[in-house]
Amino acid sequence: MQDSVLLNIENLKVYYELRRFGFVHAGYVRAVDDVTLSLKKGEALSIVGESGCGKTTLAKTILGLVKPFSGKVIFDGKDLTDLDGRMKLWYSSQVGFVQQDPYGALPPFMTVKRILQEPMLIHGIKDPNEQMARITKILTELKMTPVEDFLGKFPHMLSGGQQQRVVIARATILNPKLIVADEPVSMLDASVRVEILQLLRQLQKEHGIALIYITHDLSTVSYFSERIIVMYAGWIVEEAPAQELVENPLHPYTKALFEAISDPDAENLKTFKKVPAGEPPSLVNPPSGCRFYPRCDARVDGLCDRGRPEYLWVNEKHRVLCFPEEQKQRFKT
Amino acid sequence: MSAIVRRLKELKNYPSAIFGLSIIGFLLVLSIYTVIAIPYSQATKLWRGADQIWIENPRFARPVFFDWFTPKKLARTIIVDSKNNPAAKIVERHEKDVEIRIILEFEFPYDEFPTEINLFMNTKLPDSNMYGTFYWETPDGRKISLKRGSIKARDSYEMSQDTALRRRLTGKDAHIGLFSKPSNQDDGAPLKGKYKLIIEALSFKPDDDLDARLVVYGTVHGIAGTDHLRRDLRVALFWGAPIALIFGLLAAVGTAVLTMLIAATGAWYRGVVDGMIQRITEIRMILPTLIILIMIGMFYSRSIWVILGTVILLGVFGSGIKIYRAMFLQVREMPYIEAAQAYGSSGSRIIFRYMAPRIIPMLIPTFVIEVPAFVFLEATLAFLGISDPVIPTWGKILYDAQSRGALYMGQYYWVVIPSTFLIITGLGFSMLGFALDRIFNPRLRRM
Repeated sequence: MQDSVLLNIENLKVYYELRRFGFVHAGYVRAVDDVTLSLKKGEALSIVGESGCGKTTLAKTILGLVKPFSGKVIFDGKDLTDLDGRMKLWYSSQVGFVQQDPYGALPPFMTVKRILQEPMLIHGIKDPNEQMARITKILTELKMTPVEDFLGKFPHMLSGGQQQRVVIARATILNPKLIVADEPVSMLDASVRVEILQLLRQLQKEHGIALIYITHDLSTVSYFSERIIVMYAGWIVEEAPAQELVENPLHPYTKALFEAISDPDAENLKTFKKVPAGEPPSLVNPPSGCRFYPRCDARVDGLCDRGRPEYLWVNEKHRVLCFPEEQKQRFKT
Repeated sequence: MSAIVRRLKELKNYPSAIFGLSIIGFLLVLSIYTVIAIPYSQATKLWRGADQIWIENPRFARPVFFDWFTPKKLARTIIVDSKNNPAAKIVERHEKDVEIRIILEFEFPYDEFPTEINLFMNTKLPDSNMYGTFYWETPDGRKISLKRGSIKARDSYEMSQDTALRRRLTGKDAHIGLFSKPSNQDDGAPLKGKYKLIIEALSFKPDDDLDARLVVYGTVHGIAGTDHLRRDLRVALFWGAPIALIFGLLAAVGTAVLTMLIAATGAWYRGVVDGMIQRITEIRMILPTLIILIMIGMFYSRSIWVILGTVILLGVFGSGIKIYRAMFLQVREMPYIEAAQAYGSSGSRIIFRYMAPRIIPMLIPTFVIEVPAFVFLEATLAFLGISDPVIPTWGKILYDAQSRGALYMGQYYWVVIPSTFLIITGLGFSMLGFALDRIFNPRLRRM
């Protein structure tokens, strides 16, 4: 099924250069370090991880907003780093971007109609009838009806949920093959989150759009996607089909994340949740060896702080970035 | 755009805005009237004073409305012409000569002496040479002999400059001596009543003829007075309005818009582009604007367009760049800019369509408030002698007034009237600008 692969990321590194006095090189922030992943057409993939783990940088790199330091991003057989001006424009019509803050994502001085027209104008859809047809279609799909009521409104006149729907409409109006949703519901009321996620999921399934859903909210990922990637400090530490990851998390960090999910259960009053001590490491000077090692409760001194672990393939679809159990046992004794 | 229009409609709630707008409206109407009534070519010709256009205007005359502030009747200019008055001329033609007697009679009802008396004469034949005798008759019947001598084809007799006459009038200039009361009743005021100038001319060419035009110059003239070259200041006062508006508006709009776009370009592209813009701005900020403008005026060109261009260029790379850049750096990080990039907007589209509209509401009051600064700058340059040589402006009136010591000589009207126009222009734009500022930056309303 090699031909159905939409996006292939190989050994991607995104480093931000630090400079002293504006020109003296003073190291790199290794926001994304050696990430490899692939995405099939129409597939929904979740990326989870705590703040600062590089998931947003990864998203921006996929969107072409950030230049990779090294590695390849191959979309539909074309390497992103090789694209010239015209192909870049084409690429920008192939990927949609749904941001976290719906109000900030909409230009406050444009009406809904104008906001939705903008991508079409840039990509040469100049016929007003076609523009209106597309706008009407997408807003109807997103249940913003009657459409006419919304066209003349400015973003500040809409509720948070409506704003986010306009953002989703804008991201899908060019019929992209991939949507990158960077924490699309984390700034919305709990009451509208589910609805927005359902709409997004429905849209994705109906149009066969691939989706990268970035979040730190583990309670929604299993519902929302077929596959989950867990990131920590610029690394992918675990990747597995959604169901399998929920049932059988292997990486200590994944386990800790699942432990931290809050559950509305009165019993929780009596217990303390186990949360990994410490903070995510500095990405300028990451710890030697495994980057999770300082916070890991299953660490093995002498092994985990030395070299970078390799991926362990539990099965064809499940990989985890940790040292094999036998190796750990050998070091413990 | 509709948001801006909606906000502009709020202006009617601000009395200061209405006052400012009515001043600007008045200046606009005045400008349109001026451009139609005194076309540019005519205005420059009038201001150059070609062909002795102003010869019948008094020098240093005050505006006529000075009458309202004094119980005295101020002297108007009196012109009597034998051409318009056939009864004033008696012609006796003989075989070999012709005798012409012209009596120019006029009523003098004023409480002030005139400032000058001139007599302009025209003979019919271009090569004639007449002999004339001139008398002056006062209302109380005194007859004063003025002069005897030849009259050429186009001749004038400047009585106030006639030293022989002055000696006969006991040292008084003709325009005073001829209007004074007899020496035993002299109280420093002119004698009112009917005066006569009698010319008796003799020519040896029988078909010759003579016409005379007497101009008794007053002390007031027109609505704006006159200057040292007898020019009616109305021309410069009226033409000053369109020039000030055009210069002020173009400079303010040009500076504000270009500053904003350059700041946005720098903030968007960052790196080398931004660095260059910032360094140019910093260098420009330590350069003295006025001195550069004076040097350009002195050594290159005084055309108003060159000056305007220089003012805009120097204004663009000013402190505004730093202020707008700070705002744009904030706008640049807004998520919607990132979104626009993601769906393929070009750099210029982001600058014009996504960044600039955020700043325009702040720009509108700023540029309205800036207009007076540029109007004053133009006047300052004109005052310093750097202004278009052919265009009459308010600043140029002030320059003439200053160079002739108008205030020292007590000719206040010459300074006060153009200054008033400058001040009300500034007042109008400032009042409108402050009201706009309150509308577009609502936080100010609470203060």
